[in-house]
Formats: sequence, structure tokens, C-alpha cells
Amino acid sequence: MYFESLAAAWHMDGHGGYVWLAYALTAMAAVLIVWVPLARFRRHLRWVTADQRRQADDNRL
Amino acid sequence: MRAMWAFIHKLGSPPWFFGFSGTLVRWLLPLTLLLLALGACWGLLVAPPDFRQGNSYRIIYIHVPAAVVALAGYYVMAIAGAISLIWRIKMADVAMRAAAPVGAILTGVALVTGAIWGKPTWGAWWVWDARITSMLILFFLYLGVVALFEAYENKAAAAKACAVLTLVGTVNIPIIYKSVDWWYSLHQPASLKFLGESAIDASMLYPLLVMIAAFYLLFAVSMLLNMRAELLWHHRNANWLRQRLGVS
Repeated sequence: MYFESLAAAWHMDGHGGYVWLAYALTAMAAVLIVWVPLARFRRHLRWVTADQRRQADDNRL
Repeated sequence: MRAMWAFIHKLGSPPWFFGFSGTLVRWLLPLTLLLLALGACWGLLVAPPDFRQGNSYRIIYIHVPAAVVALAGYYVMAIAGAISLIWRIKMADVAMRAAAPVGAILTGVALVTGAIWGKPTWGAWWVWDARITSMLILFFLYLGVVALFEAYENKAAAAKACAVLTLVGTVNIPIIYKSVDWWYSLHQPASLKFLGESAIDASMLYPLLVMIAAFYLLFAVSMLLNMRAELLWHHRNANWLRQRLGVS
């Protein structure tokens, strides 16, 4: 590790605020672009499963 | 060559693509997370500081990969748009639509991280510089494709309009690449070169290459997930899909 302590890595000679903010926002964006399509897929899957159950109930009647 | 054409042909089949992309994502997602963690730790904590910019330069490890992949993503979208217009392959429409939001977010990341880097380096969050302005246009082009698709009731017409917009927008890509050469610019020229020696020390270059690879994978994973969600909804009543999901 280049920094001598975690506090030094956090501070980064006065640039820590800029650097960590940029990384935090990027991490949020990375989570968003994976989580949103995954959530959409799961929502659609729930719909398909529920629809299949509805059709099975109709056939039984 | 024949195997490659057979593979490209299979990509146009929704049932085959749905199965293939599911397997691919299961491998690519952990690899992406691993490379992102490795590259971020390496760039943030291990690489030495820049002799002129100090530690603020560490933003390069997210800013450059986001910008590189945002531009590459536009090529993917434009090629999908061209295939959609010429051969009318439905999977190309799905790919084009899937690439647009991912590209928009990565362009947004490049712009925001560039602004954060600009403050300690140039003393300003934003300047109307040729490189930055052309990247802002790229951001609006991506958003334009997303908005245009949603604006149409008829999705076939929407895909056609989006493909045309995407292809017209490709004129912006060489402008972005050459903006630092054509105009006097605050933005530094490219440090990475495909041909010739890169203007960056190996201790700083390797984590950058890891992050670029990680962002390419992130784009691929997100695009595949978008395509799978779209295919699932579009073919929700198809027998092949219900059999594959085990709900038939």
C-alpha cells in the first residue's frame, strides 16, 4: 500500500474528498446498471409464474 | 470462419440467446466484480501519486474506463442499429435498446467524475471545452435513443427511428476522439496509445488496464441483463420460454 495509514488514504493530502466522492458515485452507478435490469427480470418472472398459475387454475375449473 | 457465421446466426435466435446469455452472465458477473475490486484497490491504495496532480489523479481509474466504454458502447449501439435497419433482425433492436441506458449512465459517470477531477486540477467543475461538450452531446444522444423508443406506440417504428438517430449520432464519435487535437483544450490528450509507447508509467498503467477491462465487462453484463429482461417480457407467452423457466 502506498499510504502509511488508513487515515492518510482517506485524506490523500487534501484530495480525499474529491477522490472518494468520485468512487462512491461510480460504485452507485455500477450497482444501478446491474440491479435495475435484474429487478426488471425478476418482476417479469413473477408475472410469468403468476400467469401460469392462473392458467392452471382456469384449466382445473 | 464458418463457425463464426454460425455463431452470429444463432445470436439472432431469441431462445438460443436467452440460454446462452444466462450462462454467460453467471460467469461474467463475478469476474466483473473481482476485476472492479482489484482495479479500484490497486488504483486507490497501491499506485503512486502523480508528480504534478498528487492524489487527485486517482480519479483516472474510473474516469477513463467510463469514457472509453461509453464510446465503445455507442459503436455497439450503432452496429446493432445498422443491422436492425439493413437485415431487420429483431435481436438487433433488443441489443440497441439494451445498450442505450448503460451507455447513458457510463457517459454520466465520465462527465461527473471529470467534473470532480476538474475542480482540484483546473479550479472549475465545468468548462465548455471541446472534449467535455462533445461528451455531453454523447450523453444526450444516448438519452435521446431511450426517450425516442418510449415515445412510440408502434415498437417497430420506434426501433427504426432509434436506429436512424443512432447512426446519425455516430458523427459525434470521431469528434470526441479528435477534439483534443482539433481545438485548443484544457483536457489532456490521450495517455494510452494502441500504437507506440503510452505516456504513463507501468505502475499506474496496469491498474488502469484492469479497470478498463472491468468496465467493458460491466457494460457487457448490464447489456445482457437488459436484453434478458426485454426478451422475457416480449416472449412471456411463448412455450420455449416457459419450458426454459420451468413454469410450463
